[in-house]
Amino acid sequence: MPRETPHGKAGLELREVSKFFGDLEALKKIRLRIEPGDSLLLYGPNGAGKTTLLRVLATLSRPSEGQVLFGGEDIYRNAARTKAAIGFVSHATFLYGELTAFENLEFVGTLFRLDNLEKKVRDVLDRFGLGGRAKVPVRELSRGFQQRVSLARAFLHDPDFLLLDEPFTGLDAQAAKNLAGLLRELPEQGKTLVFSTHDFEQGAAVARRLVVLEEGTVRYDGELSSARLEALGIGR
Amino acid sequence: MHSLKVIWAIFVKDIKVEWRSRETLASMSLFGLLIVFLFNFGFEPAREETLRLLPGLLWIAFAFTGILGFNRSFAGERENQCLEGLSLAPVDPGAIYLGKVLANLFFLIVAEAVIVFATSLWYNFSFLPSLSWFSCVLFLGTLGYVAIGTIFAAVAANTRMREVMLPVLQFPVAVPVFVGAIEATNGALKGDAPGDYASWVKLLAGFSVVFLVLSFLLFEYVLEE
Amino acid sequence: MIQKIFHPTVHLVVTLVWMVVALFMIFLYAPQELMMGEVQRIFYIHLPSAWTAFVAYLVIFLGSVGYLWKRSQEADEWAQAAGEVGFVFCSCVLVTGPLWAKPVWGIWWTWDARLTSTFVLWLLFVSYSMLRSYLVNPARAASLAAVVGVIGFVDVPIVYMSIRWWRTQHPQPVIFGGEGSGLDPRMWATVLVSFGAFFCLFLYLFRQRIWLLRAERELSALRRRLPSRPSKEWSD
Repeated sequence: MPRETPHGKAGLELREVSKFFGDLEALKKIRLRIEPGDSLLLYGPNGAGKTTLLRVLATLSRPSEGQVLFGGEDIYRNAARTKAAIGFVSHATFLYGELTAFENLEFVGTLFRLDNLEKKVRDVLDRFGLGGRAKVPVRELSRGFQQRVSLARAFLHDPDFLLLDEPFTGLDAQAAKNLAGLLRELPEQGKTLVFSTHDFEQGAAVARRLVVLEEGTVRYDGELSSARLEALGIGR
Repeated sequence: MHSLKVIWAIFVKDIKVEWRSRETLASMSLFGLLIVFLFNFGFEPAREETLRLLPGLLWIAFAFTGILGFNRSFAGERENQCLEGLSLAPVDPGAIYLGKVLANLFFLIVAEAVIVFATSLWYNFSFLPSLSWFSCVLFLGTLGYVAIGTIFAAVAANTRMREVMLPVLQFPVAVPVFVGAIEATNGALKGDAPGDYASWVKLLAGFSVVFLVLSFLLFEYVLEE
Repeated sequence: MIQKIFHPTVHLVVTLVWMVVALFMIFLYAPQELMMGEVQRIFYIHLPSAWTAFVAYLVIFLGSVGYLWKRSQEADEWAQAAGEVGFVFCSCVLVTGPLWAKPVWGIWWTWDARLTSTFVLWLLFVSYSMLRSYLVNPARAASLAAVVGVIGFVDVPIVYMSIRWWRTQHPQPVIFGGEGSGLDPRMWATVLVSFGAFFCLFLYLFRQRIWLLRAERELSALRRRLPSRPSKEWSD
């Protein structure tokens, strides 16, 4: 049985995780614990390993060395359980252009065995302000709206962990503000948030914990409020 | 039983996508027709020769049409990395494979029906007397071909020059399908007693079962990184 | 381990000596075949290369299964090396076959069961190695190659059976009885010694290829450790 924390929920832990792509080492012996209720900002320059780290956590990419644990158990031991607990947003939208937002979510919901699917799809569409565009093929939506559908896709099955790679991409000012508000509420709902963004201010307005990645290693890990940003080379 | 729902959901999704875009079926059928059409210039079969050449002609047309369809079936999944999106879901990877098999089977059989119909007109050949056995052979041969084609198309989707890679992977492995299907089609069209070509039908059925099961088990490794 | 006990140079010398012995037996020891004459001696090259090619495909299969089961990188290297070296031996079969067939049957090629199956085997070697060189993401190479390796191996006996049945239904040129039927004991001895030489050569090439793959892997590991900071001026 997976070990449960006092919060009654399992955490994610990377143990000495490395990931190679041929000559490239995207992650170098990363050690990181993600506790339930964390709100964690991954920050770092291009190629620092943010995307790879999120993909490893999302079970899309197996570590070349090391192990990822979910509740003290290897995440691949019971892959279905891990996957059901994770909502993932990546650079790619994972959406079928010919299908409408509603159909895309309905399809995903079936794969996640959701009951009461239609209501859940409607709710999540409303949550991301997509109610009026639910019946439009995704291909015809702007990048910003596609991003919202992609977010809705990750939130649909109400996962405990939200792993979001650049979730603000393509969103206009209002949508970004709404998303930030929504992300801020997650820890109170007992959800765990791990996200990356290139806009530090935007991320800092949401997260409480900061992890700075550089060339595949953790340069800083701690409270965002107490981080000495100048020393980390993050200009305010 | 969840897996059955997943298989069905993927099938319905592919049909819907196809219904909106109308790209795959149209291009497959047209491509198949072109092969049959060009064949006519190459061999100019006389009436009495038609029967001898027909099984080979049909299966060569089906083979290339299939390649086109399998490539397209994963081109759609590659577009927004949808295949990764599928592997994020808590489903058996084998169910994803079977869903794609079902969709590819449907598309290829529809395209084959168009090709057979056109062949029947152009070569003045009636398939009606042997229709039931011919359909049975056609289905089993197509099933085996699709079983291999679907997993190889998923593999080839990870390569450069995937349009070339798929036939290079596919054709050698599918040799038993062609041999069996052409022989059995020949028997069926000639109106032989089914017992005369039953061993070929069994070969096709066996091939389908072996590679459906094997690919079902292996598909997990095709998705992983 | 093996590198130390049985040094590659020793291996090479043993292989060369063995090949000289095999050549001696092929041309001086084995009696002349009554029907085919001297040209039949190519048989002592042809058959051992075919056996070696089969062994190579078996190694691809074992390596592939080993990789899928244990995710052992070594198993993957075995499969890759066997694929490339096996291709050479299979090509040797396809070259010596027609050279033998022309004077004996009067034709270069016939679609007989054994020839056709060997040709399919050659295609499988080609597609296996070609796949490896066209893969985009090196992190996916091993598992995809292993899947193709396993499917190809399971396919080989089905191909052979189907082509055999197919041939029995069609007229074919008169071919002497199965190879090895009624062979003179000296011929048998020659075939076996020649196979030993070929197999020894296979092992030599195989181990050298594996050694090279390992060297590449170590080089990659070293390269990954190099500090790479090409994008410094871009990061801030």
